[in-house]
Amino acid sequence: MTPSPLNSEAIASIIREQFALEGPPVLLAEQHDVLQPWIQLSPFRLREVCTFLRDDPRLYFDFLDCLSGVDLGPEERKAGVVYHLMSIPHGHRIVLKCFISRHGHPDNTIPSVAPVWLSADWHEREAFDLFGISFEGHPDLRRILMPNDWLGHPLRKDYEDPESYHGVKIAY
Amino acid sequence: MPTTQHPAHDRTEIEYADLLRRSAPYKTRIQELNAEEMVLNMGPQHPSTHGVLRLELVTDGEVIMEAIPHIGYLHRCFEKHAEALPFPQIIPYTDRLDYLASMNNNWGFVMTVEKMLGLDGKLPKRVEYIRVLVAELNRIASHLVALGTFGLDVGAITPFLWCFRDREHILKLLEWASGARMLYNYIWVGGVFYDLPIGFEEQCAEFVTYFKPKLKELEDLLVHNSIFVNRTANVGVLPLDVAISYGCSGPVLRGSGLKMDLRKMDAYSVYPELDFEVCVGKGEMGKLGDCWDRFKVRADEIGESLKIISQCITQLTGPHRRDPGFDPRGMCPPKARPKAGEYYGRAENPKGTLGFYIVADGRSDVPLRCKVRGPSFSNLSMLPAISRGVLVADLIAILGSIDIVLGDVDR
Repeated sequence: MTPSPLNSEAIASIIREQFALEGPPVLLAEQHDVLQPWIQLSPFRLREVCTFLRDDPRLYFDFLDCLSGVDLGPEERKAGVVYHLMSIPHGHRIVLKCFISRHGHPDNTIPSVAPVWLSADWHEREAFDLFGISFEGHPDLRRILMPNDWLGHPLRKDYEDPESYHGVKIAY
Repeated sequence: MPTTQHPAHDRTEIEYADLLRRSAPYKTRIQELNAEEMVLNMGPQHPSTHGVLRLELVTDGEVIMEAIPHIGYLHRCFEKHAEALPFPQIIPYTDRLDYLASMNNNWGFVMTVEKMLGLDGKLPKRVEYIRVLVAELNRIASHLVALGTFGLDVGAITPFLWCFRDREHILKLLEWASGARMLYNYIWVGGVFYDLPIGFEEQCAEFVTYFKPKLKELEDLLVHNSIFVNRTANVGVLPLDVAISYGCSGPVLRGSGLKMDLRKMDAYSVYPELDFEVCVGKGEMGKLGDCWDRFKVRADEIGESLKIISQCITQLTGPHRRDPGFDPRGMCPPKARPKAGEYYGRAENPKGTLGFYIVADGRSDVPLRCKVRGPSFSNLSMLPAISRGVLVADLIAILGSIDIVLGDVDR
């Protein structure tokens, strides 16, 4: 099989077609004329869309290349996750984004895609650890890089170091 | 318990207490264990964990019921540092990600920045060939460590010493070019630090001639050694679908039989002009995707890298030969400030796909976000999936066959 990658517009229209009928809109924004085109999805049906992207024979996004937490800073009041997907048989690539409001209400979570792609498990733990983003339905959401009792989420834009950690002064 | 709340973290004291409870070093709770089970701690200071990896093993006799990796002991806040540094100054930090393959790390980062600056495809061919040459040399050095330490893990000491002896020749070459033995900072945005020293190409060719028989020797010593085959064949079988789902890449994914190599797939730099094969596991000694297959892929890749190096030397002494007027830093931008935007760039490192996701705001010289997708991070995350029901001794073999570098896992 020779790979014939679809462009991002075609992928976006497949998603729009599939999820057009019921419920609130799934696609919130899209941009196709940038360096790497991206699609912003609503957190409500994210896992459903991701499962569709993985299983649909036209798309078959089987490889989650990277999952990055992003914090847009206190002014934008938004944090979110960026997914870089790749389809090994077709050669498609797409960037998905999903944003939530930054200041945490317990319901304000992003659905975990760890049941869809197992590689999301550790990457989501990392996003939780460094950005404080909660993933609903994650099997084991613990800190991964920082010590478990660390206070705060270091990659947030308004993060300030605690004064000390277990009696050791933090200053540099 | 803190008396005052820190403004940056919105946590109540109850949540803080909950965090402290969760700071217990073990995930397993003893009251949930069966009578036969015990928790065994392996690492972080353990020679076979290749650095500071800690594994929490729930064992039943010699059999592992569950392996839980605990990482972060080598977390150096790369991503936090990167948010405070101009792009060219991040390059030395990338050296320390996968410190066995610094050239490849430099290159992966630099390629991403160049793409954002619009420099990709415009660099002089000599620069590109120098980059391929040093990156492939570094790939051999990294694979030699992987092969040698894997042998050591399963009890063979001689190959380790032989591998390190030959690796030292490569490190000397790279030291000659860049000035440093392991952490090079050699590949710069828009070029390379210096042109190759005079005589480098000849020395490289000499090394290739010297190393080819040594590679054969190594294969005889280890790859087809029956003790080694008994320890690794049919052990730690990684099915392809599991490997893909866990985002494995590099020799781990190819060992399971998928021909995926970004040098062919993304065809970056001058790789399309070079002739080499992508090595995959074939299940020669046992099931497809076992430890032996992953090992064999690395051994074969060394041979392919040697082929690439020979072709690079031909190019660098032929069509793109040394020229006094050539400036390897000619294309380096005086100020690397990409336009507002984001890009996820990736490169084929010895251990797998190294990705950089960079967000720039276009107003400053520092990235807004610089996420690293380390190959070892994703490769290691599949360890619990394939280590259920194996013997403790086999876990060592599995871990060795993944070839992790903790600098890359923890960043």
